Amino acid sequence: MNHPDLRVTIGNLVFKNPVLTASGTFGYGKEFAPYVNLHHLGGVVVKGISLEPRRGNPPPRIVETAGGMLNAIGLENVGLDRFIAEKMDYLRGIGARVIVNILGDSLEEYQTLAQRLSEIEGISALEVNISCPNVKKGGVAFGTDPAMAEAVTRAVCAHSSLPVIVKLSPNVTDITRIARAVEAGGAQAVSLINTLLGMAIDVRSRRPSLANIVGGLSGPAIKPVALRMVWQVAQAVKIPVIGIGGITTTEDALEFLLAGATAIEVGTANFVNPRASQEIVEGLARYLTDNKLAGISEVIGGLILP
Amino acid sequence: MNQFEEQAEIVRQEQLTPEIFRLTLKAPEIAGSARPGQFVMVRITTCYDPLLRRPLSIHQTIGNEQVQLLYKVVGKGTRLLAAMDPGRQLNLTGPLGRGFDFTDRPAICLVGGGMGIAPLYFLAREILRATKIPKCVVLLGGRTAAELGPLPRDFREIGATQTHIATDDGSLGHQGFVVELLQQHLDPGHPWTVCTCGPHPMMKGVVKECRDQGWECQVSLETMMACGISACLGCAVPRADLSGPYLHVCKDGPVFKAEEVAWL
Repeated sequence: MNHPDLRVTIGNLVFKNPVLTASGTFGYGKEFAPYVNLHHLGGVVVKGISLEPRRGNPPPRIVETAGGMLNAIGLENVGLDRFIAEKMDYLRGIGARVIVNILGDSLEEYQTLAQRLSEIEGISALEVNISCPNVKKGGVAFGTDPAMAEAVTRAVCAHSSLPVIVKLSPNVTDITRIARAVEAGGAQAVSLINTLLGMAIDVRSRRPSLANIVGGLSGPAIKPVALRMVWQVAQAVKIPVIGIGGITTTEDALEFLLAGATAIEVGTANFVNPRASQEIVEGLARYLTDNKLAGISEVIGGLILP
Repeated sequence: MNQFEEQAEIVRQEQLTPEIFRLTLKAPEIAGSARPGQFVMVRITTCYDPLLRRPLSIHQTIGNEQVQLLYKVVGKGTRLLAAMDPGRQLNLTGPLGRGFDFTDRPAICLVGGGMGIAPLYFLAREILRATKIPKCVVLLGGRTAAELGPLPRDFREIGATQTHIATDDGSLGHQGFVVELLQQHLDPGHPWTVCTCGPHPMMKGVVKECRDQGWECQVSLETMMACGISACLGCAVPRADLSGPYLHVCKDGPVFKAEEVAWL
């Protein structure tokens, strides 16, 4: 039997398969080594890194909701220096592409992160989280304003030799406008969706379930929304789209690929089933074999419209 | 630190009280490496509601083969769990986290309240299995005798002869708080190590008493968590000085030195 070809290309990067792990759901890779053969994955997107370490929000930070969860972790991370010093050695050896998610609260912070990480061996690409508030612009999230989204993309691209993926927030009226703006800014790909803003209340105490009051919804509950947005964006831009949002099974991954995603990221499912990403890689190969398809490219964008 | 993902078959499901259940699972990999105070993440359903695994502390391991969990029905997840019969398979990940440190302690006191008693049984059994058994006192608290069910007897049967009970209504043992038993049963001059798990106000009281007496105190904490392997970062607890990075119950705990964490 011929091995089905799962390879996909994003910018000038070839991935051995289209399955990546979403930032913030897979630690720095090592946490999942007892459960997953990391080298079977297309890539690992590591926990978002800021220039300085961030403490994150006070607890409670997470709450389960129907078919999903809300989180308000608050971007807790070890900061750039410790990431490079403590996490990169291990990541260089995992045998999968390493994508570093970056976040900042000013254009300058994004630029410095892009520049410093470009000098580090073993990083394949940057994923830019633009859902953070721009402190200098009154705290409006970079990702909700097309001009700011374009500006931050341009800043990162100008200061980095690495391919730049911009991760889009779904908390906007028209996500295709933001997608086109970051494409104009020079992004090699977009990934979407980040979490949907939500809320839960504990009726016994009458208090919000999260200390931060609101948080990001993720998990199977958001998949239809994510799929719709991926489909819309795939038609609106020429650069590759990476689909994210509630992907838990092979079938979920296939839906995103059919809708036009070149690759997908597995997020919250990693918490529920630490082997989910690897199982999806295996499931995609089986799907190609079962359907006598030579490669995953025959699936991507293969949606048949009525 | 070995961690495993294991399809575990339910061997026994026992209802100890109207709300408390004891679940015995065949999980040799986890049973073979678990230490007292560690926990497992239990995937209750492959459906999406409830979505997340439930963290449950290990009540004991049996013969390097079985893992026993003691849990109370408090919500959707545990209600589904309680309805499961022997033969059913459940996916577990574990053993997770940092357990109790009880080596070379001359005198150990275990203080448990409600479901916090669950990990202390494993701990008591391991302490009492040592070749040189330290002085060991067990203090258990509950609302009523009925709520505690067979647990006091379970401790006595493994040789914890100094097991004392406190209940809110006085239906068994001392009427009042379990922390009051510390003053009654622990000689102040002695270098005690106190290991506690239970409701926050109870542990807070135990921690204060230990600090006043100069006793070592280890606490097992419970929080919401999604993954159990320090990826979600949901299980943050503040450090004692309220500054610096948060501690994470799944990795830095669930057992902490009392002085490491803030008692708000």
